[in-house]
Amino acid sequence: MSEERAMTLSMTSSPHIRFPETTSRIMWTVFFCLIPSGIVSVYVFGLSTLWIIITAVLGAVATEYGCGLMAGGKNTISDGSAALTGLLLAYNLPPQAPLWMVFIGAFIAIVFSKVLFGGLGFNIFNPALIGRVFLMASFPVLMTRWPAPFRVDAVTAATPLAVFKDSFQGTNVLSQADIINYSYRDLFLGFRGGCIGEGCVAALLLGAVYLLIRGYISWQIPVSFIGTVAVFSWLFSGKDGIAGGDFILHILSGGLVLGAFYMATDYVTSPITKTGQLIFGFGCGLITGVIRLWGGYPEGVSYSILLMNILVPLLDKFIVPRRFGELK
Amino acid sequence: MNGLNAAMKTFPGGKHIEGHKQLTRNEPICAMPLPAQVIIPLSQHTGSICEPLVKKGDKVKAGTKIGQGNGVVSSTVHASVSGTVNNISDYNHPVLGSCPAVIIDSDGKDENDAQVKERSGIAELSKEELLAIIKDSGIVGLGGAAFPTQVKLNPPRPVDTLIINGVECEPYLTCDFRLMLERTNELLQGIQLIQKIVNVQKVFIGIEEDKQEAVLQLRNRIMEKKRRFEVVALKAKYPQGAEKQLIKAVVGREVPPGKLPFDVGVIVVNVGTAVAVYEAVCLGKPLYERIVTVTGRIVKKPANLKVRLGTRFSDIIAFCEGTKEPLGKIIMGGPMMGLAQFTDDVPVIKGTSGILMLAKDEIKDFTETPCIRCGRCVNVCPVRMLPYALSLCVESKSFEQALQYNPRDCMECGACAYVCPAKRRIVESIRLIKAVVK
Repeated sequence: MSEERAMTLSMTSSPHIRFPETTSRIMWTVFFCLIPSGIVSVYVFGLSTLWIIITAVLGAVATEYGCGLMAGGKNTISDGSAALTGLLLAYNLPPQAPLWMVFIGAFIAIVFSKVLFGGLGFNIFNPALIGRVFLMASFPVLMTRWPAPFRVDAVTAATPLAVFKDSFQGTNVLSQADIINYSYRDLFLGFRGGCIGEGCVAALLLGAVYLLIRGYISWQIPVSFIGTVAVFSWLFSGKDGIAGGDFILHILSGGLVLGAFYMATDYVTSPITKTGQLIFGFGCGLITGVIRLWGGYPEGVSYSILLMNILVPLLDKFIVPRRFGELK
Repeated sequence: MNGLNAAMKTFPGGKHIEGHKQLTRNEPICAMPLPAQVIIPLSQHTGSICEPLVKKGDKVKAGTKIGQGNGVVSSTVHASVSGTVNNISDYNHPVLGSCPAVIIDSDGKDENDAQVKERSGIAELSKEELLAIIKDSGIVGLGGAAFPTQVKLNPPRPVDTLIINGVECEPYLTCDFRLMLERTNELLQGIQLIQKIVNVQKVFIGIEEDKQEAVLQLRNRIMEKKRRFEVVALKAKYPQGAEKQLIKAVVGREVPPGKLPFDVGVIVVNVGTAVAVYEAVCLGKPLYERIVTVTGRIVKKPANLKVRLGTRFSDIIAFCEGTKEPLGKIIMGGPMMGLAQFTDDVPVIKGTSGILMLAKDEIKDFTETPCIRCGRCVNVCPVRMLPYALSLCVESKSFEQALQYNPRDCMECGACAYVCPAKRRIVESIRLIKAVVK
């Protein structure tokens, strides 16, 4: 072999072949799996929701791009994670959120929960949820104005969970005009008041099934999360407690399906091992149930995921696979 | 047929990898013409290097012993052609980079050494005599690790199970598959000899289920010959052929960290090694040739070749009529654990199971991106390590911290890096940790 030919041989180390899968393909696949839910939302709540979605996605991407420039020109927007954060943030906002507020949420999500921790892979908290709870704390009125479905004239209506809580806790603060009795079918199709992307359970499940089949998410977190909420609400949300509760209402309402399949499963902020994931999902479900029944908010999915995010490093430290060949 | 369709035995973890074996699986073993010159490195095995027994100008024949090692863990090397010793000097080596080697010019006559002759009275040979023949014939594990076989077959404590490894889980390679099909009788005789040496009742032959022809043929031949070997069809999954994973799949035992198969009463021998044992004992033929799969999408004539040890890769590539596209990478072995070569001027050694050639577009140099903690590496790791954690330790240069993740459990099978969507060089990171933290 001549010298110049020898120089051209690649000497990189084994393995010499790689499975054709990339971070960005995973992120963009999750992104597109979320699209059907957004389409239903635009149909139910009108075009304003589309502008919110676009603002949140572009806001998150622009913020990440800007941070990359400041950090020395590292362009990370193509990995799709910023766009996904923006989309998930939009899906956690009310349908008439003002666009300036949406942008603030996206900015906070990217800067304070992602970039300052070191970027993708190093964040402890789910960025979209940090954006949401920041806005909840800062703009509580704007964040809880729920238009009734198919009423672009912005008649407000209580969300199903708010109606439930009102009667469960016997507070009776809601006026009769606020209360709409939704059927399970309405809830399943997303024809109810609530955040942009959380309503249409049917559309969310469609994407989730695809993600499960592709192996992009595993069943452990969604099943233990939703299962725990179901059992918890069945046991305690009935008239006299212990069984008889309307668990179907609790599964179909609020952000449970969106949170369990698309946010609690975020790779970076959930446990690595299957056992850890089961515990994580169980904890999320428990906290959600407690907040929904006895807490100050009607909905608890966001807080439950964020609280369990704190436990992830601990779960990953102590719940590790048994070493091969090590005695039990 | 039973067992092929039943729930397949396997080990936990691992990953099915596209095999690319159709390139060569129907290529019968073909003897390559003698090269004009061979380079016999004096180290082709685990253990101490051989001392040369010949000098420049000496006449040798195929099978003449030309190097012998001292110490328990060592082996011998033999001339693979007849001819004259041209020189003894350092030469390119596919594993070591460079190594002292005996360079022999072939006289083209291909005469055998006088010692290469059929042996009679094999049934009367004792275990010690058989082990001596194996050592003298330079037999080492032909699956790739090249551990001296006489050491492996003489464990410090008794074992109860012999597993013959016909898994060949590395993508692209088919030399063991062809060997099982074409040299079935020799293989069974070799297994019987090994069974006698290690003195066990239970003998299993592990084969991946995608090699059905081999499974069926071995089962039929075993029935005809009334042997009591059990052929176990295993799920086609990487790294099913790794010793510890094979043992787990076949007999359900886990070899503890840092221990060897004999610690759980098992010895694993590759099918090629078993045939080499047969040839050494029955035919008196030392290990001076082996079967090499020459393959790759761009290879003009992929083949399974019977090659004399010491043949240059370049001669073999030329015999296979070269490549259709410019070469990007030459790998000795398979794509998962094989070694990239800096030149094609390296000799075939005992551990050369394959020569894989990849085009430039098959070796895209991926940029590493941040670990997203997706857990794919943890799910596939056959020894249940946390590859991502080790990779992150290297990223933050916390080498001491890496020790808690047992880096030495890693056999560098590469399954973690293969599945990583962030294209992280996890195997390289673990190698680095092993090298830095003593």
